[in-house]
Amino acid sequence: MAEFVPHPELPPPASSVGVVGWLRRNLFSGWLNSLLTVAALYLVVTALPPLLNWAFFSADFVGENRDACDSGGACWVFVNARFSTFMYGFYPAAQAWRVDLIFGTLLLLMSPLFFKGFRYKLQLGGFILFVYPWIAFGLMHGGLLGLPVVETAKWGGLSLTLLLAAVGCIAALPLGVLLALGRRSTNMPVVQTMCVVFIEFWRGVPLITVLFMSSVMLPLFLPEGVSFDKLLRALIGITLFQSAYMAEVVRGGLQAIPKGQYEAADALGLGYWRKMGLIVLPQALKIVIPGIVNTFIALFKDTTLVIIVGLLEILGMVQNALNDPNWLGFSTEGYVFTAFVFWIFCFSMSRYSQWLERKLHTGHKR
Amino acid sequence: MAEPAPDLTRPARPSRLTDPKFRALVFQILATLTVVAFLVYIVHNTLTNMEQRGISTGFGFLDRTAGFAILQSLIPYSETSTYGRTFVVGLLNTILVSALGVVCATIIGFVVGVLRLSSNWLIKKIATAYIETFRNIPLLLQIFFWYFAIGFNLPGPRQSIAIGESVFLNNRGLYVPAPVFGEGFGWTLAAIAVAIVAVLVLAHWARRRFELTGQSFHTVYVSLAILLGLPLLVFVATGAPLSWDMPALQGFNFRGGLTVIPELFALTLALSIYTAAFIAETVRSGIQSVSHGQTEAASALGLRQSWTLRLVIIPQAMRVIIPPLTSQYLNLTKNSSLAPAIGYPDLVAVFAGTTLNQTGQAVEIIAITMAVYLTLSLVISLFMNWYNKRMALKER
Repeated sequence: MAEFVPHPELPPPASSVGVVGWLRRNLFSGWLNSLLTVAALYLVVTALPPLLNWAFFSADFVGENRDACDSGGACWVFVNARFSTFMYGFYPAAQAWRVDLIFGTLLLLMSPLFFKGFRYKLQLGGFILFVYPWIAFGLMHGGLLGLPVVETAKWGGLSLTLLLAAVGCIAALPLGVLLALGRRSTNMPVVQTMCVVFIEFWRGVPLITVLFMSSVMLPLFLPEGVSFDKLLRALIGITLFQSAYMAEVVRGGLQAIPKGQYEAADALGLGYWRKMGLIVLPQALKIVIPGIVNTFIALFKDTTLVIIVGLLEILGMVQNALNDPNWLGFSTEGYVFTAFVFWIFCFSMSRYSQWLERKLHTGHKR
Repeated sequence: MAEPAPDLTRPARPSRLTDPKFRALVFQILATLTVVAFLVYIVHNTLTNMEQRGISTGFGFLDRTAGFAILQSLIPYSETSTYGRTFVVGLLNTILVSALGVVCATIIGFVVGVLRLSSNWLIKKIATAYIETFRNIPLLLQIFFWYFAIGFNLPGPRQSIAIGESVFLNNRGLYVPAPVFGEGFGWTLAAIAVAIVAVLVLAHWARRRFELTGQSFHTVYVSLAILLGLPLLVFVATGAPLSWDMPALQGFNFRGGLTVIPELFALTLALSIYTAAFIAETVRSGIQSVSHGQTEAASALGLRQSWTLRLVIIPQAMRVIIPPLTSQYLNLTKNSSLAPAIGYPDLVAVFAGTTLNQTGQAVEIIAITMAVYLTLSLVISLFMNWYNKRMALKER
């Protein structure tokens, strides 16, 4: 009787593993896919080399003026020469260290928030949100401790962009929480209606009309002799606008908290503010952090609109530099640089928010 | 010493101050008073300020002559027209750019969203790169880029980029053939209307028959045949009363045809590309939200691939896609207000810009402008709520 001898294990067919297998699976799995791949490859091959060539290989990076740009590619000399105005606006160069100090300290303060083992996150977060802005303002504006005053008209560039977005977001957060709570308070129909009207009003109009309004109508609203400076007016408009969006994000979080939590708080005999402050909001705000980051990204991109009311943040500074007769015709370089700066910020923030969402998501997911 | 027994027949009355209803009432009265006082204060200040600065009030300015020209208007407009007409011109321009943007963004967005889920690695990466690039760059910057960096550097009319013999792109705008409707074209339009009604009736009848007897009907093919065939037949029968006005180079510029001004072109392009990135993400998450079990169940029932898509996946995906899609359309409409940055004459540019500067009536003009956008948002969100209710999962 012949004994059963198993065949030796054969390796998988060469066409289903390794590079070839990967190519077959992912690029040439059928006639349609093969066609799409070839078309896409053609697109990439025709578009990418000239683009890279323009941006890097035949670009000019160093020089003093436009005469340095003669190799036919991008003229990054322009960005190089104007770099400080793109970052600081018209802030005096001798005082620029103050701006660096503000944002450097902020980065340093924020870094422990990203570590898991750090214990005083809440205290530190509170400090950054509610105390640090005042210190930063004092440092930026000066007039204290012998620092020369730099009036807000000279602020500009990327520092102004960051400032507008940060202040808009921080100031809008408490207002947004209050509005969201108001909108959810079904036992007070009058307050609820007021909150709904407020939120829907600001969400229904474009930011540009809000900025127009804050620049031409706000002065009319104020009593005689009181006037706000341009930056403050824009900030008020941005804050009101942002608070409505913030309120909707927070409302989403409030709705996600199970009813049992509210009822348990009631059963413990907690009053409204304690119920919200100790039980509901800590849970709700934690869920909505990704949403808040997303509205922050939207606001960050929207700050470019302040160019309309004459504030020169980074895009405004670039527009301004493009009108310089010494640097006419380098708009592409200026815009690509600005786009790159915005992209870095927005992309990393959106990745962070996605990561948070995954971390906070404790349910089951395919 | 024994304490006096508490009176158990009557429950202890809680203090009014801890009664939630009473507190809610007091709080609401306080809130109302604060808001009313604040409004009165603002109105008082505004009236005093306007009186002092000699700014006139009221909407009488709408009948005064505007005295400035507008780059593009869909209705007859001249410098002698009134501010009221200026408003209408601006509003129509806003609607035009929004409508064009919505159509283009939807097409690009759906295509990119589907490609993002493709099994083809290269295609998937390209779609992802598109989404991540354009979503993370401010819209205003994109508008500037297309208008100043690309538009200004296009060749002049003599070296136009020609697509075929009829479409030309140069730094003065985009030139396309304009249709000229001859006499009797009304019949074709009537035929189109009749065809649409016929298709609606047919679809209704086919659905009734399907529900009653289970027999399906090739609604799509028959509808297409009716929609294309009937108007075409009438068009040919009435002697093809349609000709095209071709743009042609005369001297230094193109004459004839339809001109799309560079401002409109750049704005539409930027709005579509930017919004399409968001729509693509919406579409992707909508399709992904349909669980794999649904597809498997459909194949277990023996449904064909195309039926699975049409009857199982798309209806469920649309339920997730529609609400955010509507808010993207709304965002696009609101974002079209960035037009003044490149001088496209939309509502904000000609009304909240030029008209406000000329008349100085900030309160009225900003109020009207905001009211227009609020109405648009309200209409769109009402529609969205209605549609949402219709599409929502009916749980029994």
